[in-house]
Amino acid sequence: MISLLLIIAPLVGAALAALWPDNRTRPWFLPVVGLVHVVMVFWLFVNPPVVAPEAWLGFDPVARAVLPVVSLLFLVCAAYGVPYLQIRSERNNRVFVSSLLAILGLLSAGHQSRHLGLLWITTEAVTLAAVPLLHFNNTPRAFEATWKYLLVGGTGIALSLLGSFCLGYASLNAGGDGDLTFHALSGQFLNLTVEAATRSHPWVVASWVLMLVGYGTKMGLAPMHTWKPDVYGEAPGIVGSLMAGGVTTVAFTAILRVRSVVAAAGAGPMADRTLLAIGLFSMLVAALFLLGTRNYKRMLAYSSVEHMGILCVGAAMGSAGVAAALFHVWSNALTKGSLFLSAGNIRRAAGSASMDEVRGMSLLAPRSAALLVTGMFAVTACPPFGPFFSELLVLRAALATGHGIATAVFLGCALLAFFGMTRVVFGIVDGRPRQATKTSGKRFVETMGVVAPPLLLLGLSLWLGLFTPAILHDAWSAAVTQLFPTP
Amino acid sequence: MERRCQLSGTLNLVIGLAMGLNLIALGSSRLPTLIRAMSLQGMVLGVMPLLMEHERLDWRIVVVALATVAGKGFLIPGLLRRAMRAANIEREIEPFIGFVPSLLLGAGGTIAAMAMARSLPLLPEHAGTLLVPGSLAAILTGFILLIGRAKAISQVCGYLILENGIYLFGLLLIHTTPLLVESGILLDVTVGVFIIGIIVDRIQRAFDSLDTRKLTTLRE
Repeated sequence: MISLLLIIAPLVGAALAALWPDNRTRPWFLPVVGLVHVVMVFWLFVNPPVVAPEAWLGFDPVARAVLPVVSLLFLVCAAYGVPYLQIRSERNNRVFVSSLLAILGLLSAGHQSRHLGLLWITTEAVTLAAVPLLHFNNTPRAFEATWKYLLVGGTGIALSLLGSFCLGYASLNAGGDGDLTFHALSGQFLNLTVEAATRSHPWVVASWVLMLVGYGTKMGLAPMHTWKPDVYGEAPGIVGSLMAGGVTTVAFTAILRVRSVVAAAGAGPMADRTLLAIGLFSMLVAALFLLGTRNYKRMLAYSSVEHMGILCVGAAMGSAGVAAALFHVWSNALTKGSLFLSAGNIRRAAGSASMDEVRGMSLLAPRSAALLVTGMFAVTACPPFGPFFSELLVLRAALATGHGIATAVFLGCALLAFFGMTRVVFGIVDGRPRQATKTSGKRFVETMGVVAPPLLLLGLSLWLGLFTPAILHDAWSAAVTQLFPTP
Repeated sequence: MERRCQLSGTLNLVIGLAMGLNLIALGSSRLPTLIRAMSLQGMVLGVMPLLMEHERLDWRIVVVALATVAGKGFLIPGLLRRAMRAANIEREIEPFIGFVPSLLLGAGGTIAAMAMARSLPLLPEHAGTLLVPGSLAAILTGFILLIGRAKAISQVCGYLILENGIYLFGLLLIHTTPLLVESGILLDVTVGVFIIGIIVDRIQRAFDSLDTRKLTTLRE
């Protein structure tokens, strides 16, 4: 029941926000609904409900392992959203607020989807609900980014629909009765006759490739990542934060759930090889672009591509790797969320996102600059923040499964990414500010409302690294047990 | 048995028609023709569930068919025509990939789809139909239009033909997927096109053009 409320409450909030007449008080819907959502999610997290295997929707172990961090990130971003939308009071925020709340509801539905068709519908709906957020700034550049997002994202999502159909047809070929819940699909593929296995195998392989490409587009894996720098570069920081930490994770859990079915059909090793290849390729592409980019918001997008690659590498490393990847979902969401918010502050203070025009931000916006630098060290896996420990676990799983070369490539890419990011971040933080930047910097005041949320997220990331609570490890291993059933 | 063969013959005829519309879409140089080919294809696909062999006609399948014909045949093309009029753009399509090369690619792709579909294992009731090659051909056509056309509306048409191909593939599962899933998918596609329509309108206002070649500010 509560698991349904997780979906319904934000959607009702979205509808109410759409009807709310006052532009100034409307943003308060965000933290209120976010708080209600967090309370419900963490209640479910501590008292996990029993989910019937054939249920289409449910707060199952996989949802329990990921949804709390999405909800937490939303609440902090919502708290940031109130002062942000007050600064931007010249823009009507009706569509913006309702879309954000709708995304929260749809993300809850997507994470809890245990049905192939329902999963696709919710993921597509999240993609569409995010569109009005991207062009909130109403500039031609923002529309260009939105258009690319729609076309690339739409095509990716269409391919994942085709992949879903292929998986459904594979299950029909394997003698299934058309039940498309993940539980039933996995069951249908176990204990097949040789004849049924040969009939369904080509469809299973086709569906895996299509869904990896389709949901991978949504995650932003290279080479389907092209929408990401444009969108994260042009969208407000709060949107980038939620996309990088929340929207991408729903595609990642989709890939994990599908992988579990594909593994039941006997194609697990193939799925792991492709995940490893696409993960390392994403890391490599991201590292190379990080060395070249001169825009600090696009830098965060490439960093997000890199971390999506890390998630895939983790997912390819068996049960220990998947547990590490789920850990990384948490540490990436919190750290990246903090970075997007502090970069948004700096963008506002500096009036530009290019390192050619921005210098000396440590003088103009000292708190945000300090947060950006600390967040940059956290996200490039410097101890003792969360990403360091989760990436360490991914590497341990990789070494334990004998992936020596993959580990070397992983470390090389992480090092290049570190060089790339320090170059950009210190480029904008150090030096003397330009005259033009000085005037725009005076207009931006670093109030508590815009500094506390990124600080809180960074603190959570630190806490996650230093004192990972045992209940979280339990949640991750429960999800792994669900994804790797022992026959 | 005879009735079944007859039905599958009608079905193949209709899929053949949809494949022909692919080629018209690839070869047309004017936007209204492209939209018409796309909407006709959508309508043709919409009636297909009714043609597929059903011992007794399920009312839910009739609902899906009607909703598809209304959505793909009238609602979406109507939205696109409105966007086209509102944007007041020239009706000529400017291709990156010329019309003859796209036609050749499309025809070659259709043949390849036929050859490829033969090697895929199908259930006995789908063995004699062109569902899989028809779907692959439409998906390929959609991709050619997405990549090969400069105008935003032609790209949207390409996207919709791609969706048509996926819908055709989905018909393999029509007996088994619940109505909820079908209608959810249809709703998502319609809302998607609606949003695309809004963005097309905004791009027109911001850039004073719908030529996507002007959307090149964001790059490394």
